Amino acid sequence: MSILVISEHDNNELKGATLNTVAAATAIGGEIDILVAGSDCGNVAEAASQIPGINSVLVADKEAYKNCLAENIGNLVTELADNYTHILAAATTNGKNFMPRIAAKLDVSQISDISAVISEDTFERPIYAGNCIATVQSTDSKKVITVRTTGFDACESSGGSASINSVDNDNDAGISSFIKEEIAESDRPELTAADVVISGGRGMQNGDNFSLLNGIADKLGAAIGASRAAVDSGFVPNDMQVGQTGKIVAPDLYIAVGISGAIQHLAGMKDSKVIVAINKDEEAPIFQVADYGLAADLFDALPELEAKL
Amino acid sequence: MKILVPVKRVVDYNVKIRAKSDESGPDLSNAKMAINPFCEIAMEEAVRLKEAGKAEEVVAVSVGDSASQEQLRTCLALGADRAILVETDQSVEPLGVAKALKEVFSKENPDLIILGKQAIDGDSNQTGQMLAAMLDLAQGTFASEVNVQDGKVEVTREVDGGLQTVSLNLPAIITTDLRLNEPRYASLPNIMKAKKKPLETLQATELGLDLAPRQNTIKVSPPPERAAGIMVESIDQLVDKLKNEAKVIT
Repeated sequence: MSILVISEHDNNELKGATLNTVAAATAIGGEIDILVAGSDCGNVAEAASQIPGINSVLVADKEAYKNCLAENIGNLVTELADNYTHILAAATTNGKNFMPRIAAKLDVSQISDISAVISEDTFERPIYAGNCIATVQSTDSKKVITVRTTGFDACESSGGSASINSVDNDNDAGISSFIKEEIAESDRPELTAADVVISGGRGMQNGDNFSLLNGIADKLGAAIGASRAAVDSGFVPNDMQVGQTGKIVAPDLYIAVGISGAIQHLAGMKDSKVIVAINKDEEAPIFQVADYGLAADLFDALPELEAKL
Repeated sequence: MKILVPVKRVVDYNVKIRAKSDESGPDLSNAKMAINPFCEIAMEEAVRLKEAGKAEEVVAVSVGDSASQEQLRTCLALGADRAILVETDQSVEPLGVAKALKEVFSKENPDLIILGKQAIDGDSNQTGQMLAAMLDLAQGTFASEVNVQDGKVEVTREVDGGLQTVSLNLPAIITTDLRLNEPRYASLPNIMKAKKKPLETLQATELGLDLAPRQNTIKVSPPPERAAGIMVESIDQLVDKLKNEAKVIT
């Protein structure tokens, strides 16, 4: 088997999600190439070549790939697909954006968001907000797969020395263009990569009260998340949303504050190793998945927790 | 401008689905069905574009069995002008849905297609992107803002770190994210009026489509159970448990 892993990066840094995707590729088994498509992305290619066990790093360094436009990346990967039995990318907003284009061009039924590899053609994936786990076998000759990063422990990021080969395909579909990006600047770890996550829900009452989570997050080195209810109420931006249609997280410690525990939220965090819930409603469903529950008013509990950590 | 809005009939988002005990599939017996929430947002956006004078016609379309007529009637009550059902009794994967929608596209020639970013049953998040690729059209997925102007559409997208704005040539495909709008409820007079709006049925078999599934579902099982936790009485006890029992903080 020969596997192409499409890397996740910002033209400067290789993102951790790539390491989880390589781990999934390793579980399938076979020769693994990594594609770095971007512009001025030599650092990323260098980092990718350090991952142990990689056959070759392909670099497509063109202006057309700078902003990861799905139309251009889709065409590029479709052209490279002949050499591979499996094409994998992380189920990030980038992977979710361009992978189905590749699958459609190849007339392949994509397997989205796999959480485990059973064999080279059979995979587990969550459906119905994670309330069921489907085991599916693909009958397509090529497999196009997105990987749920929390399902696979990251592989090593150093020690390897794969060759770096440039790919000359230049695909500007000319039908879409990048205008701007507003990326939230934060000193905190990325939500999907953090060891500790503290999230607030509707119980936070407003956006200002989310500052009550800051001190605790500082002490624990945590990322801050939110439930859909908090996002829908306009307390915080959507990129903080943890849940079925937001980010999927599985940190060592997840602290849910003022979150009732709707199934859509649980879908995004129930694979966390240890879950703490703080909610004044003793009947809240979040307590059914929590390892440690505290029925308390969060406006009393949060300052006390911050003081005692 | 004409807008096509593909919608899907799914289990209502409030229903908690469990796997059948023989693991042959999800247990959907007697489950309440509804229009997929993201499709509802897509319909709302199309109707708003029409109300703003930017679109003349909104056409709802669904690929599924005859029961999907119920969701198409909902779309008509929400403001679609007419509806098309591509009828099939097969369970169709996103690839097949995209192929059926491609046929509808070639009959209707819309300027904009707005779909939900994912259906909450299969959670695949594929159909819009696949349709865009089959038609070689531009796509704006996970949209939180849509602005149509001079033969182009500007779409602000919800991406992992924040927001990204792209400009797309028309015709284009848009998939909706949560914050794009808040869908309205259908009023009783509009529900009555919807009964008289045209709903056309096309048989998938007559369109000559290959909708056969490419994936075999071997089993559907419940997710691993979490061991029952405990309630603590105080912050002191919580901190102690996290330090000494779970050992996740120091």
